[in-house]
Amino acid sequence: MSMQVILAQALLGLNVGVFYAMLSLGLAVIFGLLNIINFAHGALYMLGAFIALIGYSFLEQWFGISIQIGFWASLILVPLLVGLLGVLIERLLLRRLYELDHIYGLLLTFGITLILQGLFSNYFNVSGTPYPGQPESLSGVVNLGFMYFPTYRLFAIVVSLLVCFTTWFFIEHTKLGSRLRAGVENRDLTQAFGLNVPLMITLTFAFGAGLAGLAGVLAAPIYSVSPLMGADLIIVVFAVVVIGGMGSIMGAILSGLALGLIEGLTKVFYPPAASTVIFFLMVLVLLFRPAGLFGKEK
Amino acid sequence: MFKHWKHGLVGVVAATTFTLPLVSTAADLSDNKVKIGVLSDMSGVYKSLEGPGAVIAAKMAVEDFGGSVLDKPIEVISADHQNKPDIAASTAREWIDSKEVDMITGLDNSSVGLAVQGLAKEKKTITMNTGAGSTALTEEQCSPYGIHYVYDTHALPVGTATAMVNNGGKKWFFITADYAFGHSLRDNTGAIVESMGGKVVGNVNAPLSTNDFSSYLLQAQSSGADVIGLANAGQDTVNAIKQANQFRIVQSGQKLAGMLVFITDVHSMGLDIAQGLQFTTAFVWNQNDEAKAWSERFNERQGAMPSMVQAGVYSAVSNYLKAIKAAGTDDTEAVRAKLGEMTLDDMFVKGGKIAPNGSMIHDMYLVEVKKPADSQSEWDLLKVISKIPADKAYISMADTKCSLVN
Repeated sequence: MSMQVILAQALLGLNVGVFYAMLSLGLAVIFGLLNIINFAHGALYMLGAFIALIGYSFLEQWFGISIQIGFWASLILVPLLVGLLGVLIERLLLRRLYELDHIYGLLLTFGITLILQGLFSNYFNVSGTPYPGQPESLSGVVNLGFMYFPTYRLFAIVVSLLVCFTTWFFIEHTKLGSRLRAGVENRDLTQAFGLNVPLMITLTFAFGAGLAGLAGVLAAPIYSVSPLMGADLIIVVFAVVVIGGMGSIMGAILSGLALGLIEGLTKVFYPPAASTVIFFLMVLVLLFRPAGLFGKEK
Repeated sequence: MFKHWKHGLVGVVAATTFTLPLVSTAADLSDNKVKIGVLSDMSGVYKSLEGPGAVIAAKMAVEDFGGSVLDKPIEVISADHQNKPDIAASTAREWIDSKEVDMITGLDNSSVGLAVQGLAKEKKTITMNTGAGSTALTEEQCSPYGIHYVYDTHALPVGTATAMVNNGGKKWFFITADYAFGHSLRDNTGAIVESMGGKVVGNVNAPLSTNDFSSYLLQAQSSGADVIGLANAGQDTVNAIKQANQFRIVQSGQKLAGMLVFITDVHSMGLDIAQGLQFTTAFVWNQNDEAKAWSERFNERQGAMPSMVQAGVYSAVSNYLKAIKAAGTDDTEAVRAKLGEMTLDDMFVKGGKIAPNGSMIHDMYLVEVKKPADSQSEWDLLKVISKIPADKAYISMADTKCSLVN
């Protein structure tokens, strides 16, 4: 197999990897700060894609509003809207469960997932609807020397990487980030220093949800927008988080990218295993490094 | 007290059962009604092409029949099989054993179809499968009471593969959904391609519900094939076609052949992406005036034009009811025999025949997705290119592996 083919496939793997990274980053942030296993993350990703689609194609037909929300506006607006929904979910529902076992948070968010999926599959074809709003400026292909690569996919890779590393920098290297981490480490003590921990938690959940929404908007022009698009992805993303180490920000980003690459290369060498290779690695990691590659043993 | 009463009742029922054949009358219906069960995927990947639309189609068939047969009411019930054969089989068992269901239709998804048909064979109940593809339903695992109504993995590739090879598409590369249906579709298509002098130059087995097909598409591109055969369905097909568009596969000269595409998929993809795609279907909603009139009525209730599967449910239920009327009973053997004698003519099928192996033998159509400029309305999406005669589309009784025939 030529180097050219491997490079091409690696780039495609990276393309999948950035979505894994962005979603697992959101999950890791939420788990790290709230101790909640957010099963609704895939549904929020799906919701992001659907809000972009509805904003572009259905506002007039459904609501009689003759406005079309384009891709660039969606890129800003949708994460805000999904983040706002995150605020509601956290304030109204999750807040009541913090004292209880993890499993309650998981069940609640799983329920939210089922509701959102059911709602959208009532109105949209389950096979998927394409998002037609991809901007003209990103619609071509770029000659990378070893392959022609769709411009939009390149754009999605760059934006996702930027968002991932900015988030990491923010949490690990800024004052606000250190306060967040302090809140995780010792909630009572942090509160005693006069920091508003409940507000920090709400904003963190909203931020994680917004990241999922952003990933949804970025994914909409590449994949078909389908009610099950999040469900197909979320299990893999959980595996990514487990491999990276629950709660580890950098772990989530790096393992997301790496596993995208590994999956991409598996598609060339042994395609039928492409959907299982990540789980195989997860089992290995759990056997030999139960806290994950980047996690700390407690 | 209640117990005694129940024993008494059993006695009466037993007595009538034994004496019934002697005094049997024309209107002989079990439980004084005909009950039809629509068992379909109501929430998963096949929802849009069968699902709740199939229930609407079945209800329309009952209403158009007058709501009763042999002066007894007809009832339609439905359930979600969730694409799980075990759930499908236990629902079907409950329906037959305690809910007096006389016929089960729908059954999209081959593993569900095979499980329920196997159970219904044991229970002597008619199944009219409108949604599954596997030819095993009428071949290796055929049943005297199992009817396969709309399409199968033999009929689908005949038209598409033949037409494409004839137009110069000699070298094929397959992207195959990695489960029974995908493999069967690929093997049948490959056999047709090779029998016509073409060649299969490569294949990848992609896991079901693959998100990103670009890696497989690039492998197909570098294989130098003329045609990329998509031996998959639903979301997988839509994703693959959409991503082929991103990588300019069709623009750079390769053709895409969808092996199982539904009009609902084309509608949701949009003509910009799907234009030029050729595939085989059993039904086009505007194929004739009768079909058009029916489909428009369906559209009013469903909010979408019918897929071939949903139209097939209407036709299957109508003809089942006609057979009961003609046979004067809902007895399984008698109705199945009557269905075998009838020639099926309605908005869905012209001159259809149900063969002894259960395969409903009928014409199929090779269609092409219209260019955006040629489409007159929202659902004006397909152009019929040619008709595939029934005897070419389906496995003949001379060649069938069904043990009931040979």
